[in-house]
Amino acid sequence: MNKIIEFQGVSKSFGDLQVLENLNLHVMSGEKLALIGPSGSGKTTILRILMTLEPIDSGIVMVDGDYLWHQKTDNKLEPASEKHLHKMRQNICMVFQQFNLFPHLTVVDNIVQPQVLIKKSNKNDALNKAEELLALVGLEGKESQYPHQLSGGQQQRVAIARALAMDPKIMLFDEVTSALDPELVDEVLTVLHQLAESTDTTMLTVTHEMNFARDFADRVLFFDKGKIVESGPPDMIFTNPKEARTRDFLKNFIGKI
Amino acid sequence: MEWSWTVVLDVMPKMLAGLVITIQATFIGAILAYVLGLMLAILKMSKSKPLAFSVYWSSEFVRRTPLLVQLYFLFYVLPDFGIFLEPFTAGVLGLGIHFSTYTSEVFRAGIENVPKGQWEAAKSLNYTPYQTMRYVILPQAIPPMIPPLANYLITMFKETPLLAAITVVELFNAANIYSNSNYKYLEPMTLVGVFFLLVSVPAAIAANRLEQKFKPEEVR
Repeated sequence: MNKIIEFQGVSKSFGDLQVLENLNLHVMSGEKLALIGPSGSGKTTILRILMTLEPIDSGIVMVDGDYLWHQKTDNKLEPASEKHLHKMRQNICMVFQQFNLFPHLTVVDNIVQPQVLIKKSNKNDALNKAEELLALVGLEGKESQYPHQLSGGQQQRVAIARALAMDPKIMLFDEVTSALDPELVDEVLTVLHQLAESTDTTMLTVTHEMNFARDFADRVLFFDKGKIVESGPPDMIFTNPKEARTRDFLKNFIGKI
Repeated sequence: MEWSWTVVLDVMPKMLAGLVITIQATFIGAILAYVLGLMLAILKMSKSKPLAFSVYWSSEFVRRTPLLVQLYFLFYVLPDFGIFLEPFTAGVLGLGIHFSTYTSEVFRAGIENVPKGQWEAAKSLNYTPYQTMRYVILPQAIPPMIPPLANYLITMFKETPLLAAITVVELFNAANIYSNSNYKYLEPMTLVGVFFLLVSVPAAIAANRLEQKFKPEEVR
């Protein structure tokens, strides 16, 4: 097992608001990580930094042995070029709270187009893979529908299939059930749970579903105010947290765990 | 003054030839206005502040000055700098450049209306900036832009008589030349009006239909 993600002293502010403060974190290849904590604690920012949607202010992020936000030229560390970021993004894919499917494309084209454009797959292979993945997320028969014809839960499952089609080494799930009606949450979490069991893809998920975090994750990180307050296996965090702040936070979820 | 059908018959062929020029100028000018407008819109949204700023202000400058003056500039001033343009070329360029500053605002608004999440999803799938624009943003941005773009086409059509000022013999100028040499104004000028109506009324109806068709969907 090797470290696939490493944050070294990473800080990030939005204006006056410091969302990450000198963060150190590493994730092993294949690890399933759940990031929990109050809103605004910086957990989503970690995913957005990894997806290169949000640059860092200082520190270093390593992904799969290479600098994410920097590149080495003549032994000097320089800010990453767009070309370098493009190369680094090949390893990573993100699933969003709002699904962000392409509304002008059918379900199957949402999954086929990125494969053809980015992975240069031929159309038939891409199509087969899309069918396979749609079956995996339980959406056979929805190929030719448009996203707005599907329920939120179905759209999110398509988004998961679309991300899987890119064969990323790292998958990021950003509050993927937060925009869903309560009765649709489970169908998405079930898919994620199956995925976690069946693949060795590294997965980071930001979630407010504590039950899911416990079942899904190898390790849970509790964030507050831009810092990791506590980190450990789910059993420890949920049944016997050491830190008072973790306990206070988890109190809100009593009865739901 | 009596309406004379002889004059009508006499001027008709010249005016039909003029109408063809008018329509050509409108369409070529519009294509230019659309292509240039899209490029301006993309530049205006550039991350480089100085670039976006200078494109914005030069396009404002063109938008806030009369097309007639710009046509004069292209046709009568540029030759002083060694650039000689055919009247039709200068006219089409003038129309295209002038209206590109309007269409660029349509494009910019259309592109900015595409939710931020679409850009982020494209980035997450590792689309290049070009692929993002071509396959994700524009296909969503263009349908709602079609009605305003069609309306600019109609406006451009109505502005073509200005090209008479730089000697283009379009519909109005064809009538005008005839009038000036025959001292007959009633029939040719009435016909100009009728021709413009005959084209722009159906065009306006068509534009209206487009607007209905591309109304934003209520269910998203």
